[in-house]
Amino acid sequence: MTASAASPVLKVVDLSLRYLTRGGEVKAVQDVNFELAQGEALGLVGESGCGKTSVANCLMRLLPDNAQLVAGQVFLDGQDILPLSEDQIREYRWQRIAMVFQAAMNALDPVYKVGQQVVEAIEAHGVEPTLSLARERVAGLFRMVGLDPALMDRYPHEFSGGMRQRAVIAMALSCDPRVIIADEPTTALDVIVQDRILRELKGIQQRLHMAIIYISHDIAVVAEVTDRIGVMYAGRLVEYGPTAAVFRAPLHPYTAALMGSFPSIAGEKRVLANLSGEPPNLIDPPSGCPFHPRCVHATDVCRQEIPPRVERDDQWADCWHPLEEVPSLQPAKAGGT
Amino acid sequence: MEANQAHTPPAAGDQLVSVSGLTRQFPVGRSLFRRATSFIHAVDDVSFQLNAGDSLGLVGESGCGKTTVGKLLVKLLEPTSGRITYRLPGLDVAEGPENVPLEASAINGRRLRAFRRQVQMIFQDPYESMNPRRTIYDTIAEPLAVQGMGTVLDRVDMVSEILMLVGLTPPATFLFRHPHELSGGQRQRVAIARALVVEPSFVVADEPTSMLDVSSRTGIMNLMQQLAHGLGIAYLYVTHDLAVARYMCHRIAVMYLGKIVELGETEELLRNPLHPYTRALLSAVPVPNPEYRRGPPSIVGDLTAPIDPPEGCRFYDRCPLATNHCRDNPHPAFEEKAPDHWVACYEV
Repeated sequence: MTASAASPVLKVVDLSLRYLTRGGEVKAVQDVNFELAQGEALGLVGESGCGKTSVANCLMRLLPDNAQLVAGQVFLDGQDILPLSEDQIREYRWQRIAMVFQAAMNALDPVYKVGQQVVEAIEAHGVEPTLSLARERVAGLFRMVGLDPALMDRYPHEFSGGMRQRAVIAMALSCDPRVIIADEPTTALDVIVQDRILRELKGIQQRLHMAIIYISHDIAVVAEVTDRIGVMYAGRLVEYGPTAAVFRAPLHPYTAALMGSFPSIAGEKRVLANLSGEPPNLIDPPSGCPFHPRCVHATDVCRQEIPPRVERDDQWADCWHPLEEVPSLQPAKAGGT
Repeated sequence: MEANQAHTPPAAGDQLVSVSGLTRQFPVGRSLFRRATSFIHAVDDVSFQLNAGDSLGLVGESGCGKTTVGKLLVKLLEPTSGRITYRLPGLDVAEGPENVPLEASAINGRRLRAFRRQVQMIFQDPYESMNPRRTIYDTIAEPLAVQGMGTVLDRVDMVSEILMLVGLTPPATFLFRHPHELSGGQRQRVAIARALVVEPSFVVADEPTSMLDVSSRTGIMNLMQQLAHGLGIAYLYVTHDLAVARYMCHRIAVMYLGKIVELGETEELLRNPLHPYTRALLSAVPVPNPEYRRGPPSIVGDLTAPIDPPEGCRFYDRCPLATNHCRDNPHPAFEEKAPDHWVACYEV
C-alpha cells in the first residue's frame, strides 16, 4: 500500500475513450497522459464538452454503456484498473479513489437521511465492522467537513446547498481514499460558501496527504487550489505543468486565450479577449491541431499535422507555435487591492 | 402612429430611472383563512438612480433580492410600496413637458406598450426564455409586431440587421432556425437581439452569462458593452459575480437580504470597500492568479431568508463589527461616506 515518494499514486497513460452515438463515434478523450503524486492537487480545466468529466469517469470506471475504451492504462498504486472486472474494481472504487460529484442536489437521495447514506457507503465497502462504529465514523467525517454531527439524521431537503456539498465531500472521504476527484465541487454555490468549502477541502487534503483532482471550468478556482494544471481541449490534454508556471507564461495559445477571457477583481482592469468560434465537433474533429480553426497563430502546418510536444522546464504543451513568455498575459499582479 | 415616430434618445447623463424606498414582500405561510401570516422582505427600502447611458451592477448572493429589483424595474412585478419614476422618450409627450418623470404606477394600457418599447429585459437562461417551436425570426419579430414597428416586409430587414449587429452572420442562415439548433451563446445573442430590436433606452440583464461557457461568456459581455455604448442604452446588470460586474458596469450596488448596503463607482468600491459585507464578498472571490494571496474569510454564519426580519441591521448576526447599537436601532440609513460612495452601516 505504501508508495514511495517517487512512484505516483495515480498514473494515466495514453488514455483514449469514445462514445458510440447515433451520429457517429464521439472521440471524447484522446491520448491523455498525466501523473499525480501523493498529496498533490491537479486541476483539469477546459470548456464544456472538452472531456474533463469523461477522464474522471474513466478513473472511477463509471462509464455509460455506450462508452468504449480505445486504449490506455490507469495505474492506481501501480495496478492498472482498466482491465479489472466489475467485482475487482469495487475494491478500488471509493476505497482508493473517490469522487465528489457536481451538483450536490442530485448526488444525495432525497428519501434517505443524509447520515444513513454515508453509513451505507461505509458498510458497502466493509470499512467498519459494526453499525455503531460506522455511525461514529460518519460523525467524525461530519465534523471534519464542518457539519454538526446532529445533522446526520436530517434529510437532504433540510440542508442548504453548501451543507449538501459538505455532506457529499464527507461521503467521498468515508473510506479513506488516496485520490479524490472533485468534479465542479462548488459551481452551484455562492462565493462566500464556495470560498469556505474550497478552504476546507484544501485543508483536509493537506492534512490527510491525499491526492486530489479538481475538475472545473473556473480557472480562478483552479489557480488557487492546485499545484498542477492540465488544460483540455477537444478531448486532448493540450498543456500541462505547475499551476504558477502555466499562469505566468502559458505555452499553448488556447491556454492563453482561456486565461485572457477571465475577468478578475484584482489587478488592472483589462479588455477581455474574445475566444471566437465554438469548440469542435468531436465526431469529426479538425485535422492537425484541434485548436487550429480558432487559433490566431494557425498556419498550414497546424491544419495538416498533429502538433509536437514542446517543453519548458516542468511545463509542456502540444503546439506548432508555442507562445514566448509575454508578461502582459499575467492576469493580475500579486498583492493587488 | 405614435409608436412609429422616432424618438430622440435621451442624452447621456440625464436621469432615466429613479427608485426610492422600493419594497416588495412575498407572502409565505398562510393562516386558516388564507391570510398571509409572514412575509419575505425580498426588496426592502431600496433607492438608487440610473442615468441615460449608465450601467449599474447589482451584486449579491442568491436570494438577496437582486432579480426582484430587476423585475420591478421592468414592471414584471408590482412593488408593495415605494416609487419608481422614469423619464423615457415617448412616454410623457402627451402629458406635458418632456422632463416630468412618470410614475411606474401610472404606466398601464397604451402607455405600458410604449413603456415596453423603452424598457427591455434579458433573462438568465437562454434555454428557457425562448419558445422552442418558433423560429429565430418569429422570436425577434414579435416585439416589432406588438409595437407596430415597420411593415411585415420591413421586419425581415430589421431582424436581419439586428442579427448582424449581435454577430449572428450571415443572418439568412439564422432567420429560420429554431432555438434547439443554436448553442447557448448563440441563443443568448438572439435574446439580446430580441431586447434591442425595439431600440430601448434601458435594459435589465439578469445574469445573462451565468449559464454560458467561458468562451461564449466573454463574447456576450463584450457584445453587450459595445451595443450599449454604441446605442446609448443604460443597463442594470444583475449578477452574483463581482468580477463580471467590474468588467461590465460603471457603478456597483451590493445587496444583502433585500437591502442595498453599498453603492459606488466600480473601481472606488473595489479599491476601498467600506461595508463589512462588501469586504467579505470581495475577500471570497477567487482570483485567476496563483501568486495572489487573499485575506482570511471575515464573516461567519450562513445566509438566512429575510422572513419577517427583526429590527436592526440586516447584517447584524454575521457582521464582524456588530455592536448592540446595530441590533437595537433600525437598519442603518444610506449615507454618502465618500463622493458618490454610499454605505448603510453604523460602524464605518
